[in-house]
Amino acid sequence: MNMLVCIKQVPDTTEIRIDPVKNTLIRDGVPSIVNPFDAYALELAARIKDTDPSAKIVLLSMGPEQAKVALKECLAVGGDKAYLVTDRCFGGSDTLATSYILSSAIKNIEEIEGKFDIIFCGKQAIDGDTAQVGPEIAEHLGYPQVTYAIEASVVDGKVKVKKEVEEGFEIIGSKMPCLVTVTKPNFDPRYPSIKSKMAANRAEIGVIVCDDMPNIDRERIGLKGSPTKVKKTFTPPVKSGGAKIHEDSNEATAKKLFATLVADGII
Amino acid sequence: MEAKTKDLWVFIETNDDGTAKNVGLELLGAGRGLAEKQGGKLVGVVIGNSADEAVKSATAFGADTVIVVDGKEYGHYTTDAYAKAMYTLVEKYGPTSILIGATNNGRDLGPRLSCRLKTGLTADCTSLAIDEESGNVAWTRPAFGGNLMATILCPDNRPQIGTVRPGVFKKADIDETRKAEVIKEDIHVSANEIRTELLEIIHEAAGELVDLEGAEIIVSGGRGVGGPEGFKPIKELAAVLGATVGASRAAVDAGWIGHSHQVGQTGKTVGPKLYIACGISGAIQHVAGMSSSKTIIAINKDETAPIFNVADYAIVGDLFEILPILTAEIKKLKA
Repeated sequence: MNMLVCIKQVPDTTEIRIDPVKNTLIRDGVPSIVNPFDAYALELAARIKDTDPSAKIVLLSMGPEQAKVALKECLAVGGDKAYLVTDRCFGGSDTLATSYILSSAIKNIEEIEGKFDIIFCGKQAIDGDTAQVGPEIAEHLGYPQVTYAIEASVVDGKVKVKKEVEEGFEIIGSKMPCLVTVTKPNFDPRYPSIKSKMAANRAEIGVIVCDDMPNIDRERIGLKGSPTKVKKTFTPPVKSGGAKIHEDSNEATAKKLFATLVADGII
Repeated sequence: MEAKTKDLWVFIETNDDGTAKNVGLELLGAGRGLAEKQGGKLVGVVIGNSADEAVKSATAFGADTVIVVDGKEYGHYTTDAYAKAMYTLVEKYGPTSILIGATNNGRDLGPRLSCRLKTGLTADCTSLAIDEESGNVAWTRPAFGGNLMATILCPDNRPQIGTVRPGVFKKADIDETRKAEVIKEDIHVSANEIRTELLEIIHEAAGELVDLEGAEIIVSGGRGVGGPEGFKPIKELAAVLGATVGASRAAVDAGWIGHSHQVGQTGKTVGPKLYIACGISGAIQHVAGMSSSKTIIAINKDETAPIFNVADYAIVGDLFEILPILTAEIKKLKA
């Protein structure tokens, strides 16, 4: 079993604050983390490897040099090899261009690592929140996809996925190779050990630049290859202070709340 | 590709029984104004199995034209069948814009379709307009966990596609006397083209179902409920209101309630008419998932809890005393 897990390094959006004067995002000093959904994706791959020790997990990230930190973190948790695809000419790529670059890089990596049976991605990254890059990689590669997975196993040469739907869950079987996007499962991702952390720190990370992919169409990458353009960004309007109810006793507060809700036609 | 028409399409997602999901009908309401400004027709695209009911609903809720692809292979959503059907239709008719509901299936289909068409997709929009300068659709969506809003254009590629969050737009008033042109398209997908297979459906039992995205009222508990038994007054209030029970990440991570109840960045994004947050401090990761609720009531002991910054009703007090009284009063009112 040969698996690839796509990893994005993202700002920890829970640490982002709004500048109250300029009304803009304060991104300075915000720590970078492994996108949580990618950590869940890695955990699903690691669980398949638990049952099949001959399985291999390769990690791939696209981003600046700094993204190596995220890859090393994931290597320590459960990766065998890691690759970073990085180039200035990738800057400004939207999801269509990004998924094209990643799918091109995957073809490159497969020449070294062999063909991947399953490609795992997080459902979405917590900075862009688009949930598009995974399915778009699947489309570029012509693979089937299963999205919103919370469990995955390999049974009789097929991937069996438990996926979240609005009404509950579905069990989906998919032919391989395929791409699976992962949402939050009912378990926590495993932690690295001190030993695995030290090994990951020493690990060599394969770097792929644009010139390494001679077949890539340069019209389809970066800003030029991105059909969507950001017209403007703004911080959402803050709700002006609501009605406060704080009476002398909880009982009085509850009664006043009820009366207010009825009067305002809320209930 | 080039647009062949100025028409705006709305994907009408169907249930397995061939009826239309609400979000598609909401998007017909949202699409009417956009279609008029684009100078084209409002077209509902129904894909499903025995989907006559969905065609009727699309007509009654405002479509000028309904294109329908009907077949057994569309009874239960699969990426392969739906992407092929939509792609074939878009190639043939060349709409200028497409709206898709941002359900799990819609967000599965959208990127697959836009990538095949090599065009732009804007995900999970909460507001739609026509850009005055360029005449393109201006898609506005939250990013960075709701900390930032971005308005996106797709100026040079057609069709321009967006997925739109359920519950943001209102359906038009139903008019069962409306007539629409109905075009049946015979597109079939063979079994071997569909590479995934539905092995089992695990629907939560009635009462256990956690449909947060479709809920009109949500009562949520957080760290302040103190333990699994602390959800009892929350469930009781939810029961009298016909509401769905939600939870913050703190409560889910503590194991007090299942992850399917989680609202927020690593849980569900919701937009009910009424959201009652009980014992939830209001960490940004939670607020990101519920701030677009129409009315927010927050109950918290701590007067400085950040949840009060987004609340329409800020209730300072002990939820264990307040909720039972509120529940009893509502019960009396409804009796």
